[in-house]
Amino acid sequence: MLANLRQLASPKNFYQFAGTIYPWILFLAVGTLCFGLVWGLLYSPPDYQQGETVRIMYLHVPMAIMSMAAYMVMAGASAVGLVWHLKTAHIVARSCAPIGAMFTLVTLVTGALWGKPMWGTWWQWDARLTSELILLFLYLGYIGLYQAIDVVETAERACALLALVGVVNIPIIHFSVEWWHTLHQGPTISRLNPTIDASLMGPLYLMILAHWMIFMAYVLMHSRTAILARERKTQWVKSLV
Amino acid sequence: MSVKTAQSIESFVALLKRDLLLASRHFSEVVQPLLFFTMAVMLFPLGVGPDAELLRIIAAGILWVAALFASSSVLDKMFREDFEDGALEYLLLSPTPLPLLVIAKCLAHWLTTGLPLVFIAPLLGLLLNLSFEAVPLLVLSLLVGTPTISFVGAVGVGLTVGLRRGGVLLTLLVLPLYVPVLIFATGAVQAASQGAHAYGHLLILLSMLVLATTLTPFAAASALRISAEMN
Repeated sequence: MLANLRQLASPKNFYQFAGTIYPWILFLAVGTLCFGLVWGLLYSPPDYQQGETVRIMYLHVPMAIMSMAAYMVMAGASAVGLVWHLKTAHIVARSCAPIGAMFTLVTLVTGALWGKPMWGTWWQWDARLTSELILLFLYLGYIGLYQAIDVVETAERACALLALVGVVNIPIIHFSVEWWHTLHQGPTISRLNPTIDASLMGPLYLMILAHWMIFMAYVLMHSRTAILARERKTQWVKSLV
Repeated sequence: MSVKTAQSIESFVALLKRDLLLASRHFSEVVQPLLFFTMAVMLFPLGVGPDAELLRIIAAGILWVAALFASSSVLDKMFREDFEDGALEYLLLSPTPLPLLVIAKCLAHWLTTGLPLVFIAPLLGLLLNLSFEAVPLLVLSLLVGTPTISFVGAVGVGLTVGLRRGGVLLTLLVLPLYVPVLIFATGAVQAASQGAHAYGHLLILLSMLVLATTLTPFAAASALRISAEMN
């Protein structure tokens, strides 16, 4: 099992593996996204209190979940890369950063668009908003550090360490801001009995799934190009391109 | 005590002494962050207006944000010179555990940059019309909070020390990590100025310091090893 994994982890095998599965994931992503958007935007009932603006949720919540999930995947891959010296894991970790930052940014923007009609303000210094903003800075710092270091191997390992330091800090940051001020609603769907109506939950879950698929497809595609760039001097890449 | 432990403690003390001696020889480098801190605090009343009531409310925030900027502006010095003159290589090759040496460096850095802020802060606090009861809490929060800044900063410095222009990037990397310290430190001062108990905040600050002193030396040590590969 472990030997098989190690074999898959060689850049060449991962390139081919990713190449075979990513079209399927992309297909699933586009499919679930279209279906979820149509269901959520056209065929789900408006909220009794929020009216039509509740539909922003179908983008906002999946994006927010993914902004944190992407960081966890990035940190996990970084740890694997540091411990087992796997080039591919570093490449995967690095591929999570741009899309993670994008998810975070879209979360903030959609949140602001929702906040204006609902809370009457674009921005509040509220716990969740603030920790999401800090998460964006962590992503940008990661990307900045990667681009500042010229030697790729060093950049990868330095960034992996930064991602791990960040992962220790995120809960601390999160809870400290939580206790500081709060306006954002508490967890709704991650509880045992969700406090959201079933008619809104269906499209929401579908959209969350769609966003996972988008994330995976993006990371696979990004990793493939990163592997090609990284291994450009090897024989197999030369014969490929 | 084994020979190795004795040697480790010896090199810890030697490194601490060396850094303090170096700082005393370049005394202007100790004074500069203090001046920076004072100037930054002084700019706020000019910016928001001299309203005494408003200043009293935001005094804790001003002082702490200025302290954060002042300490992160000199963070780079922690390893920069050692990196450039090659002393860092010796630290990395030394048989003494690197995290221990990192603690010595952080301690020296705090004694020369963080601790002076603690002494000057009460005066600036009074200038900002901070209530008299809140001043001891301001001092305590700085006393407990600024070492955390040095320790967490060491990781950032370790990651960026090999870069020619790492200054701004370093600030970008470490400032988000300082958010919890800022929240609880200013929370303590604000609680005290409203006559509430501030010990809860202080204890959380203290636990952050414990976490920082125990975890970050290892992270900073591996960061330094990664950076040393760069050249």
